[in-house]
Amino acid sequence: MTVQTTSAPIEKPPVTEVGAIGWLRANLFNSKSNSVLTIVCFAFIVYVIQAVVPWAFLNAVWTGTPKDCQAPGAGACWAVIGEKNRFTLFGRYTYDEQWRPALAIGLFLLLVGASCIRRLWGKALIWAWVGQVFMWAILMWGGVLGLTFVNHEQWGGLPLTLMMSVVAIVVAYPIGIVLALGRRSDMPAARGLCVAYIELIRGVPLISVLFMASVMIPLFFPEGVSVDKLLRAQIGFTLFLSAYLAEVVRAGLQAIPKGQYEAADALGLGYWAKMRLIVLPQALRLVIPPMVNSFISTFKDTSLVIIIGLVDLLNAGKIAVNDPPWRSFYVEMYIYIALIYFAFCFTMSKFSQRLERDLSKATSR
Amino acid sequence: MTPQRQARREQLAAAPINIEVSHVHKWYGEFHVLRDVNLAVSKGERIVICGPSGSGKSTLIRCINRLEEHQKGNIIVDGTELTNDVKNIEVIRREVGMVFQSFNLFPHLTVLENCTLAPIWVKKLPKKEAEAIAMKYLERVRIPDQALKYPGQLSGGQQQRVAIARSLCMSPKIMLFDEPTSALDPEMVKEVLDVMISLAEDGMTMLCVTHEMGFAKSVADRVIFMDRGEIIEQNVPDEFFNNPQSERTKLFLSQILNH
Ligand SMILES: Nc1ncnc2c1ncn2[C@@H]1O[C@H](COP(=O)(O)OP(=O)(O)OP(=O)(O)O)[C@@H](O)[C@H]1O
Ligand SMILES: [Mg+2]
Repeated sequence: MTVQTTSAPIEKPPVTEVGAIGWLRANLFNSKSNSVLTIVCFAFIVYVIQAVVPWAFLNAVWTGTPKDCQAPGAGACWAVIGEKNRFTLFGRYTYDEQWRPALAIGLFLLLVGASCIRRLWGKALIWAWVGQVFMWAILMWGGVLGLTFVNHEQWGGLPLTLMMSVVAIVVAYPIGIVLALGRRSDMPAARGLCVAYIELIRGVPLISVLFMASVMIPLFFPEGVSVDKLLRAQIGFTLFLSAYLAEVVRAGLQAIPKGQYEAADALGLGYWAKMRLIVLPQALRLVIPPMVNSFISTFKDTSLVIIIGLVDLLNAGKIAVNDPPWRSFYVEMYIYIALIYFAFCFTMSKFSQRLERDLSKATSR
Repeated sequence: MTPQRQARREQLAAAPINIEVSHVHKWYGEFHVLRDVNLAVSKGERIVICGPSGSGKSTLIRCINRLEEHQKGNIIVDGTELTNDVKNIEVIRREVGMVFQSFNLFPHLTVLENCTLAPIWVKKLPKKEAEAIAMKYLERVRIPDQALKYPGQLSGGQQQRVAIARSLCMSPKIMLFDEPTSALDPEMVKEVLDVMISLAEDGMTMLCVTHEMGFAKSVADRVIFMDRGEIIEQNVPDEFFNNPQSERTKLFLSQILNH
């Protein structure tokens, strides 16, 4: 047996392991092939920057007329955005009343911001969201409180995109949960129905669901009742998303160990209490990433309403640059629209990461 | 036989029957897992069930609160027969607490919430009252200071004690234990057994699947040996350990006692 009598001195790590040089060595130049890769990537980045920066920034035309943009040597024509912004954001909404959708979007963003602050979570926030729905209805339709009525046939742009995706998400979420539970239930009839629904909807492209919704939904209503285009599209999205969410939720349900069900049973909890209090809270927490993935898809998929003639954000931008003098600057317009989509999707993604982290910190698992 | 033993035996003989299992058969597909099991448990009786792995011990006690369904025979718990009637099953599950090998605490709820959940949602007690009861039992298993932690933050022994407290909060008349100490590190086994011993001293009817033979010797009124789905032998602990009758029991005892 040996006994250590003197302790080894505490030393600083070797210089090559710390600081910027250490980091470079450890991460970018730690082998011959990595060094080559680093240099190639670096060269590529430089190439892209020197190609894009002059066009997008240095030579760009920020304000002005199409003439200014067509001047020789002119870069990106951001002026088109300023010129067409109102139409892109609000579509055919009555021009003088466009402060209303703007206010509605502002309210929405405010609430989204508030929802990101964990401290504010509670009953009040839920009521604020419920109130938001009414505020939107009042602002968008008007017809009360001295606001002039604006038919929803005229709605368009960003409010339409936001509304369709939020409503689809909020309505499809509980439907998806019920479908997932149905698919795993012991009752053959309920299970069969849920499986049929999910597989049918998942088996067809969203475009055809939208077409079917616009053609078939009127058939389910008595003659004379007209279900308008917007509502039909909304129903189509909701049906589609709910089938996908059902599968996402089912994956979560399957990941919950049998012991959790048994412990709940042994305590005498009934089916619904067991699901609501024990199984779903754990299952839904597990599937936050794929769930948000579906939400993001839906948000972007709303642009498909173009095929049934609704003017969502993307379609509004497209129509806006149809104006002959600006026609050649559609790239700038699409970049602008892409940035708006990106901002929303990125927020959702970040929000879900935060949520995941907070929830796992709480239970320290 | 000591006079205490004798007195205990008379006391149990006079007590009403709490669980009656008669001619119970169960199959998993083709596999005959319980074969004509008969068992009567008096109120306040402590029973230890042992036997080799796969002999059907868990299956038997899980039939008693209907986590598993038996296909033949009758099981009557506290005067209620287990049938497919959901009402009966609910009544029995309220009377019967169960502790699992793998604890099965709810990881998304705090220790306190784990304990108050069933009283609030099954017994419909007000939250304040449920919390008072929960704290009483958490004190009883000696972890009131952990009430606001999540199960993931506790040691195995602490988790199992929470699981026991969670069951006790429903004030069950019968407690089932399925190898409650098998998943624990050796140094934590004692803290859980101590809680179980104190429960036994309070007169709880207990059915306990365990291989803790020390516990069986000191606490059990009766030890039951199962093999291949049958009850092979049952006796008071002294007789069971010192004078086993069947060859299979002898073999089993020699295997586990020689460790
Ligand atoms: N759900 C099931 N489906 C099919 N067979 C099962 C099922 N559950 C248990 N069995 C089988 O039934 C037999 C008895 O299982 P049981 O869990 O009751 O044994 P046990 O005595 O508790 O064993 P252990 O000491 O390993 O826990 C085993 O052979 C097991 O493989
Ligand atoms: Mg077992």
